[in-house]
Amino acid sequence: MLNNITLGQYFPGDSFIHKLDPRTKLLCTLLFIVAIFFANSPISYGILCGFTLLVILVSRLPFVMVLKSVKPIWIILLLTLCIHIFTTPGETILYQYSFLTVTKEGLELGVKMCLRLILLLLFSSILTFTTSPIVLTDGIESLLRPFKCIGVPAHELAMMMTIALRFIPTLLEETDRIMKAQTARGADFESGNIIQRVKNMLPLLIPLFIGAFRRADDLAIAMEARCYRGGEGRTRMHQLSYGSNDYVAFVVIFVLIFGLAFLRWGTKLI
Amino acid sequence: MSIELKDVSYTYSKGTPFERQALNNVSVSIDKGEIVAIIGHTGSGKSTFVQHLNALLKPDKGMIIIDEVDATGKTSDAKAARHRVGMVFQYPEHQLFAETVEEDIAFGPRNKGFSEDEVAVQVKEAMRFVGLDYDTYAKRSPFQLSGGQMRRVAVAGVVALNPDYLVLDEPSAGLDPASRLRVFREILELHKTRKIAIVIVTHSMDEAAEYANRLLVINKGQLLYDGKPEEIFKEHSAELRQVGLDMPQVYNLGEKLKANGLNLKGDIMNTKALVKAICQAKGWKNAK
Repeated sequence: MLNNITLGQYFPGDSFIHKLDPRTKLLCTLLFIVAIFFANSPISYGILCGFTLLVILVSRLPFVMVLKSVKPIWIILLLTLCIHIFTTPGETILYQYSFLTVTKEGLELGVKMCLRLILLLLFSSILTFTTSPIVLTDGIESLLRPFKCIGVPAHELAMMMTIALRFIPTLLEETDRIMKAQTARGADFESGNIIQRVKNMLPLLIPLFIGAFRRADDLAIAMEARCYRGGEGRTRMHQLSYGSNDYVAFVVIFVLIFGLAFLRWGTKLI
Repeated sequence: MSIELKDVSYTYSKGTPFERQALNNVSVSIDKGEIVAIIGHTGSGKSTFVQHLNALLKPDKGMIIIDEVDATGKTSDAKAARHRVGMVFQYPEHQLFAETVEEDIAFGPRNKGFSEDEVAVQVKEAMRFVGLDYDTYAKRSPFQLSGGQMRRVAVAGVVALNPDYLVLDEPSAGLDPASRLRVFREILELHKTRKIAIVIVTHSMDEAAEYANRLLVINKGQLLYDGKPEEIFKEHSAELRQVGLDMPQVYNLGEKLKANGLNLKGDIMNTKALVKAICQAKGWKNAK
C-alpha cells in the first residue's frame, strides 16, 4: 500500500555526478542557487536551463523522473505565477477584466520567478537522486565540523540524521504491515469524515509508536554495548577525499557563477 | 468452498530500479477443511503468496476467487469474501493497540458488524480457543502480558472474526518450545471443531510434516511442488535440499536408526509414524 513512496530518493548509478564527493555536490548546489539569483536576462536564464539539462544528461538519470520532482510544488508555482501576473504594475497592458490587469512586466516577472523555483528544485533533486542519504549526512557533518568551535554539534546532528534516515524505510515497512494486519481485521482507513478517519488511525498509530520506542530502546542499548560515546576521537570507515573530478566540478560552477555575474553587471561596465 | 488463485503474478516497486518479481504465475486452489503448510527459502515469496489469499495484495496479473467471488473487487460481496479469510501476520503481537485484551480481540468482530452480544460471545470463544482465561485476562492491558500471551491475544483477535479460512504466517516464530506446541495444538483444535481451512507458513519442516495434510513448496516466486507432505519429502528430497530446504528431523532420525540396524518399515516423516515403526520393529504394542 505504501510501496509508491520514494523517500530519500537515491537512484543508484556510477556517472560523473554520482562519483563526486558529497561535499562538492552540496557546495556546488549552494553555489548554483546563488547563481540562480544572479540571473536577470533571458540569456542568463537560458544558460542556467542549459546547464541544468547538461547536469541531468551527465548524471544519466531518467529525465522524466527528475522532472517529476517538481510535481509536489505545482500549487506554489501556480500561486507565484498568478500573484506576479496580477499584482505587478506596468505600462504595457496585455489584458484587462474589471479589476484584474495583466501587464507585460508582470508576466515576465511571474515566469522568471517560476523558472527560478523550478531550477532550484531540479538542482537539489539531482543532489538527492545521485547521493545516498548516508553519504550525504557524512558530507554535511564534514562541512559543519569547522563550526564546532562556535557550538554547532556537527557529529550529533549527523548521527541523528543518519539514524532518522535509516529508520524511514523500516517504519514504512512496519506501517505497511500493521495497516495490512488491521485491514485484515476489517479496519477501514479510507472512508468516513475527518474525525472518523483520525479515530480509525488509532489502531495503526498506537502499535507504530510502541514499535518505534521499542526500536529506539534496542538501538540505544546496542550502541552503548559497542561503546558509543559521541563523536570525540571517532574515526570513520569511509574517509571523504576530494579527487580531480571534484576540482573540475568546482571550476565549472565558478565559471558559471562568474559568467552570470558578468552578464548582469559586467556588460554595464564596458 | 475454496480460495482459488489463477495465474497470479506480483512485482514489488514496479517501475523503479528496485523492481523485484515476488510471484510468477502461481495457480492454486485451497479447499475448506484442509491443513496446508507452505515452505520455502527466505525471500522465496511465501509471505507475498499468503497475502494474496485474502487479496491484501492485489495481483498485477491473474485472479483471486474466494467462494466463487472475485475478491479483488470493490463490491460488498468481495469485501465479505475477504473477511472470511482470517490472517495472522508474522509477529502479530506488534499489531495490538487497545487498552484491554477484550477490546483488542473485539476490534475485528465489531468492524465486521456483529452485534454487541455476538461480539461478546466471539471474544469469549476466541479466548477459550487460545487458552486465555476470560476472567483473568479480559480486563488487562495487552502490553503487560508476556510475549507468548501477547501472541495468543493477537491470534484470538483473528479467530474472533470466525473465519472460514485461517492463514498464519510463521505463528510459532520466536516462541519457546512449549508455546510452539501449544499454538499448534490450538490451531488443530480450531480446525477440528470449526472445520475451517488452515494455511500455515513455516520454516520448520517438522511442523509441516507433523501437522499438514497438504504441502506447498515455493521457490523464487513459483510453486515448485504441491502434494502430500510425505510424498513430497520422499520423492524430492534432493531437490528440496537444492533450494535451501531440508528434510524433517524425524526423517533424519529414522534414517539414522535404520543405518544402525533397527529394522524400521516405510518412510518416517512425523513422530506418529516413527513411534509406530519403532513399536513394530521391536514387537511392542502401540501404547500411544
